Amino acid sequence: MSEHSAYRPQSAFMQWLERRLPIAGLVHSSFIVYPTPRNLNYWWTFGGILSFMLGVQIITGIVLAMHYTPHVDYAFNSVESIMRDVNYGWLLRYLHANGASFFFIAVYAHIIRGMYYGSYKEPREVLWILGVILFLLMIVTGFMGYVLPWGQMSFWAATVITNLFSAFPVVGDPVVTWLWGGYAVGNPTLNRFYSLHYLLPFIIAGVVVLHIWALHMVGQNNPTGVEPKTPKDTVAFTPYATVKDAFFIAVFCLFYAWFVFYIPNYLGHSDNYIMANPGQTPTHIVPEWYYLPFYAILRAIPSKLLGVCALLASILLLAFLPWLDTSRVRSANYRPLFRQFLIVWFLVVIGLGYLGSQPPEGGYVIAARVLTAYYFIFLLIILPLLGLFEKTKPLPNSISEAVLREGLPAGASAPPPGGARG
Amino acid sequence: MNHTRGIVLAFGLAVSLSALGARAALAQEQEIPPKQHWSFAGPFGLYDPAQLQRGFKIYKEVCSNCHSIKLLAFRNLADPGGPGFTEAQAAAIAAGYQITDGPNDQGEMFQRSGKLADHFPPPFPNDQAARAALGGKLPPDMSVLAKARSVERGFPWFIFDAFTQYQEDGPDYIHAILNGYEDHPPAGVTLPPGAEYNKYFPGHAIGMPKPLNDGQVQYTDGTPMTVDQYGRDVAAFLMWVAEPTLDARKRLGFQVFVFLIVLSGLLYFTKRMVWYEVKHQS
Ligand code: HEC
Ligand code: HEM
Repeated sequence: MSEHSAYRPQSAFMQWLERRLPIAGLVHSSFIVYPTPRNLNYWWTFGGILSFMLGVQIITGIVLAMHYTPHVDYAFNSVESIMRDVNYGWLLRYLHANGASFFFIAVYAHIIRGMYYGSYKEPREVLWILGVILFLLMIVTGFMGYVLPWGQMSFWAATVITNLFSAFPVVGDPVVTWLWGGYAVGNPTLNRFYSLHYLLPFIIAGVVVLHIWALHMVGQNNPTGVEPKTPKDTVAFTPYATVKDAFFIAVFCLFYAWFVFYIPNYLGHSDNYIMANPGQTPTHIVPEWYYLPFYAILRAIPSKLLGVCALLASILLLAFLPWLDTSRVRSANYRPLFRQFLIVWFLVVIGLGYLGSQPPEGGYVIAARVLTAYYFIFLLIILPLLGLFEKTKPLPNSISEAVLREGLPAGASAPPPGGARG
Repeated sequence: MNHTRGIVLAFGLAVSLSALGARAALAQEQEIPPKQHWSFAGPFGLYDPAQLQRGFKIYKEVCSNCHSIKLLAFRNLADPGGPGFTEAQAAAIAAGYQITDGPNDQGEMFQRSGKLADHFPPPFPNDQAARAALGGKLPPDMSVLAKARSVERGFPWFIFDAFTQYQEDGPDYIHAILNGYEDHPPAGVTLPPGAEYNKYFPGHAIGMPKPLNDGQVQYTDGTPMTVDQYGRDVAAFLMWVAEPTLDARKRLGFQVFVFLIVLSGLLYFTKRMVWYEVKHQS
């Protein structure tokens, strides 16, 4: 973006390199002098946390893969031998299994931030859509990873989820057979899931590059939703954002370490310590916690086909948010009605998550239907209409003005301005 | 009114609720096993080697007649963070077992006495043989049994568990099963042939005959020889079998925590210094 102080290499070698491959200049302009709004709060650190977690997953995953055997007869025991016989294998595995959960915690925080502050709006549509693609890729990667230890939940989750495709008329059954590589989930399925589970994180890394590229074209949004106008509105990425991100990554790691070292199996399911047995269905088949809201939507719809469509729609609709939301004001801080509907929507997603973990019976089904209805009504009806009717609050003229009015230090975890005060 | 607080709350709730819901799956009508005191509970809890040795004795004398532990090697008995046998003791235990090896140069399988590197031999050659001997019921392998059973805690307990670090529901359940036999099932309950009534087993009709009775296994260190105590000892042993690296994990965990707290503190003050001017300008 604007007023970058150009990169001037100091050493002879760096000058030599810069004329041939301006990589240091790229790093300099993207991560050193890159201007970031001065009023960002800690919700903006989750992008850094996500990059960090992707690195953790790739590094622990590569080492796990050195010891893992993708075969129905050996997979379960090979994971156990990682836990027992590989030096620090227990650490690698618990970091990786809990890392997936913390990756999702970070991505949900990141999405909540984007929705609350309207970061998907013009000119950030492509950036946002790339984010939805990353979320989809993570879902697929996590699902395939969960199958690898070949426990009871691995096997039955794979069976239930791949079977969803059979809901589609005509092509359904052949597609499922093709996915399985046979007539049931078996060794060919495990092998291809392993192959894809190894591949997809690198595709994710590639899309992350596009995501950051798009970000650097349009710049970051901020809690006011007002674009930076003068250099007074921004600070340099380094040291300001770097040190803040580093601090919050350390705090996030504390939270992560609590799970890895003290309650490593808390987020998992005990049935996954039973080797996969195609002849014995577990009493309840539940996916990992991060899929539960979508699982609840799937089961809320009585027809299997429509349920699958609703499940897909619930994620894909997010990509259309820039057009579903017709308001020109970005931040929820200046949109009192939107803010309320949105917070209710977040609570509804939590509620769906809870219902997804419960058996699909009686009151749970009815509750799941009501919440599913709100999920879609918010996205498809409330959002478009709000933009037309809502009376928004006056926006500050600039970020600096908002910071001054707030009287709070920029960069601290300042509550966004507006609200009762505004 | 503070917006951020609202979202933080909503988000925290979201994560905890849905995260934990995943656990809320096992057996709905399950009787809740009473919580026991475990030396390995909590952030500093470690295994008690004496207890693991007693538990091993019970496994060896009783449970191993039906249950295998295929993933346990004799050498593990001398591993740090385990029952604390010396290597010589572990080798002596191994030597007491006959292991099928081979084929030899004549192409035949043969028997030899066990070595440290061998795994515990299973009591039955295969699942079918086990079923045939035990009225059609299969005794599960015990390698990870203590982690493969859990207790449905329900809302809101599962949230507290994340803070209190309650991770011992598996051993609690095993202890409860061993103490849950009742001679006479409650009125109106008929058991299938060969099954016994167990208060804590899902569905109550268990295919395992009551394995332990008071005084059955001899303790030489003065520990009470009751089913209650036996149950705790063998459950602790099975927890070690399922999670042999727990001691190492908690020790490293403490070091990591100290490191991360210091690092976060330093980064926090660095951040304040870096941002000082931005905060106080204009
Ligand atoms: C006579 C053979 C026999 C002996 C000895 C025996 N068990 Fe079992 N055990 C079984 C069988 C059979 C089952 C399967 C029961 C069923 O599924 O109904 C079983 C199941 C179990 C279960 C699993 C219950 C569940 O949730 O599925 C536990 C725990 C258990 N045994 C512990 C022990 C312990 C500890 C000992 C040693 C003190 C022991 N058993 C000794 C035969 C035995
Ligand atoms: C996008 C990042 C990733 C996510 C979200 C993810 C997720 C998961 C999950 C949920 C599991 C199951 C864990 C368990 O229950 O034990 C798993 C296992 C596994 N993953 Fe990944 N993973 C990622 C990246 C990788 C990478 C890059 C590799 C290798 C190059 C890898 C290799 C493995 C292996 C070998 C296993 C099986 C061992 C085990 O169960 O611990 N993963 N992954």
